[in-house]
Amino acid sequence: MEEKHVLVIFPHPDDEAFGVAGTILSHTDAGTPVTYVCLTLGEMGRNMGRPVMANRETLPDIRREELEEAARLLGIDDLRKFGMRDKTVEFTDQDALAKRFQEVIEEIEPTTIITFYPGYAVHPDHDATGAAVVQAVRQLKKENRPRIHAIAFAEGSEEEIGDPDVVTDVRQYRDRKLDVIGAHASQTAGLMEQVRGHMEAQDETIEYMLQTERFWTYPIEE
Amino acid sequence: MEKINPSLVQEELNKLAGEPLYIHLETTNGAYASHNDKSMLSAGAFIRNVKLQYKIGKITGPGPYRVGLETEMGWLYSEGLTEWEIDEEGRLLLAGHDAVGRLAIALELSKTPFRK
Repeated sequence: MEEKHVLVIFPHPDDEAFGVAGTILSHTDAGTPVTYVCLTLGEMGRNMGRPVMANRETLPDIRREELEEAARLLGIDDLRKFGMRDKTVEFTDQDALAKRFQEVIEEIEPTTIITFYPGYAVHPDHDATGAAVVQAVRQLKKENRPRIHAIAFAEGSEEEIGDPDVVTDVRQYRDRKLDVIGAHASQTAGLMEQVRGHMEAQDETIEYMLQTERFWTYPIEE
Repeated sequence: MEKINPSLVQEELNKLAGEPLYIHLETTNGAYASHNDKSMLSAGAFIRNVKLQYKIGKITGPGPYRVGLETEMGWLYSEGLTEWEIDEEGRLLLAGHDAVGRLAIALELSKTPFRK
């Protein structure tokens, strides 16, 4: 099925880098518009750069700039910051959040939404984001529902929800994806050192992540 | 931020004693701690913009440092502090970073509220 508009919904700047950048680049290169809704500025990030370049109070502005640069590198013209606070997504009003998502969906009519698989995405903000997206889509009339391509990476995901049905070879975007990851310097300096220094232990896992992106089409029940 | 100079921090703590303050206090070992290492427990807490007034504030330890604030009704305790600064808005920011620069604890004191 041809993509008309792709909607990416994640809670933190840099969530769009690791598991999705290659897929996003494949869409924007093909001229398909991509809208990115980013819920927070990653205000509570533990990484402060290497060497330390931020403190708790300066981190949000630094990460906002990193997010904007990453979006530019990804060819995303429509970046929407939802102004929530890192770590608090699961505690906010999920109905209200789902409604905000619905408004975006009704406005841009995406053919696909990329988000996290609720329950299998490790970080509580990830799970809560995915859950609100699923709620938003479920409340739409069946014929208006975009499909959801969800990312799962919790230990044992495959045993419970099966293998991902969308496995994309993004080798041709590998270097540009690495640039997107590198744009989030306050968070990724350690990883970038590993990639550039070709440290043996992690190399294979990192290279797989850079070259392969995996999604589960989320089963929306009636 | 700079490496903590305890006597300079103590001067700032003395200045703020008795003042109504907004506090950000936080500790974390990372949301991925138990994902990356099953033997780890992901544990953390933050409280932001709680109002507090202390009678006595002290910084102690050989570094990393501890800060304790005694209030009328109780205490604030923090340990593992390594860096500090007075930021552009005049707030006293203290933090503890691990060997690779990741934040493990933050204690921040301000006369005006922090951005929510």
